[in-house]
Amino acid sequence: MSVIEVTHLTKYYGKSRGIVDVSFNEEEGEIFGFIGPNGAGKSTTIRLLLSLIHPTSGTATIFGKDVLTHGPEIRRDIGYLPSEVFYYEGMKVVDLLKYSASFYDHDCTQRMHELSEIMELEMDRRISDLSYGNKKKVGIVQGLLHSPKLLFLDEPTSGLDPLMQRKFFDLVRQENARGVTVFFSSHILGEVQRLCNRVGIIREGKIVEISDIRSLQQNNYKKVHVTADGLTPASFNLPGVTNVQTENGAMSFFFKGEINAVLRKLGSLQVTDVTIEEPTLEEIFMHYYE
Amino acid sequence: MSANIYKHEFRTRLRSVLIWSLSVSAMAIFFLSIFPAFADQAALMNQLLAKFPPQLLEAFGMNRMDLSSVVGFYSFVFIFVQLCLAIQAGNYGYGLVSVEESELTADFLLTKPVSRLQVITSKLLAALTSLLLTDLVVWMASFVGILAWHGSRTFDSGLLVQLMLSIILFQLFFLAVGLVISLLVRRVPSVTPYSLGLGFGAYVLSAFSGMLGDVGLEYITPFKHLDPAYFVQHGAFETPLLLLNVAITLVSLGLSYWLYIRRDIHAVS
Repeated sequence: MSVIEVTHLTKYYGKSRGIVDVSFNEEEGEIFGFIGPNGAGKSTTIRLLLSLIHPTSGTATIFGKDVLTHGPEIRRDIGYLPSEVFYYEGMKVVDLLKYSASFYDHDCTQRMHELSEIMELEMDRRISDLSYGNKKKVGIVQGLLHSPKLLFLDEPTSGLDPLMQRKFFDLVRQENARGVTVFFSSHILGEVQRLCNRVGIIREGKIVEISDIRSLQQNNYKKVHVTADGLTPASFNLPGVTNVQTENGAMSFFFKGEINAVLRKLGSLQVTDVTIEEPTLEEIFMHYYE
Repeated sequence: MSANIYKHEFRTRLRSVLIWSLSVSAMAIFFLSIFPAFADQAALMNQLLAKFPPQLLEAFGMNRMDLSSVVGFYSFVFIFVQLCLAIQAGNYGYGLVSVEESELTADFLLTKPVSRLQVITSKLLAALTSLLLTDLVVWMASFVGILAWHGSRTFDSGLLVQLMLSIILFQLFFLAVGLVISLLVRRVPSVTPYSLGLGFGAYVLSAFSGMLGDVGLEYITPFKHLDPAYFVQHGAFETPLLLLNVAITLVSLGLSYWLYIRRDIHAVS
């Protein structure tokens, strides 16, 4: 079952673009990575799904229900961690969390304490006294305490130290193992690569690619480094070769296509060293943004 | 209506309610404490007032007030009570939903399983409760002041109670108008200057309306819709103006609901 279904969703803020004709699905239990640089429309998409803003055209459903007409009902099972967290400054952490929990029908006290313990959150402090990273922790606990079925994470790791980032990722993985669907927006590809099953790449408000993270890496080009005698730029004059760089008798390039063609060329050379590797998501990503 | 939002909102405003109600009460009591002096020398006072330019007296409605009677004097005090409570109500109206947006807590609230309709209704009811609480304190203080200093003069307590009750309509006007303005602009940078402007602006309009005569300013300012001097003179407010006041309030409220439900809550940046 598709948990999120977005069809031709478009949002303009007056004349300026938010997103244009965005369509994608997310299946139950998936961790879907939504990547793109700042301003590409990641937050706009999430805000549309949470009905914080209203679409110019197109529709979106969550759990099979339209987000505009069934918002409150849908949001019972949604957890949201915004990229920038802001809470009522005068409140104590524990009061804010209790206020947050009071919106849900079931008792969230136990989960609230569990999560605070995992994230090492001091419950007695005032929100206004917290550092940015600590506020972010409040955001994480607040977003998870009601055991949602769908999690929206909008650039969740900014402001968290590496140790907390790891704890947070473990937490997300645990939630996912319990069947929670995760929508993970980020511009840091490393973390998307570590966590997600599938990614959508958004650029200037439009989806440029949606694909399995494996096939994105596999069906894409390979990175080839060769060190050999008598290398010239013409040595690998094949269709599908790009980004050729030569340095001190070594050569590196990207190749997309039938890999045997490269191997045959290699066979005809006196090779001292060769590596053929998958590109990182970062490099694939840059390719979409060239 | 959602009880937890109501409670949260009410608690957030409790300190402000305390400060407003105590300071307005103190002001009312102070004014009432000088009533005996005024009343005893009413003749002298009237002589003095007669020397003032009539426009000035009209601006404060003082030519239509009998400052030597209890109710007349209270209607004079009441203008200042109105002014203060207008600013308070305007404050709550402007801030009702805009504070969540300027302090960026709207994301937190509106991603909870509540509808916008529930949010705005709960917030309005909480603000209304806060205003009524302020009224209660001010009413009690006024009565205490009047009972303490009315001396041997009799007064129509029914009229007094009606005048006091009219403050609720007055506050609703500023609450609703403040709210609708905050929703018409894209972002409210700061609440207090807006509500001070609205409160004083309406007051100044009412003063000018007295000075300039027949230019129709009385239609747009609640200080004229609910003019205490007129009320004391006639035992009632001017019906068309009263209805206009209620109509503006209702239209503002309706428009606020319509705007808020359709509003885009923008992200930080």
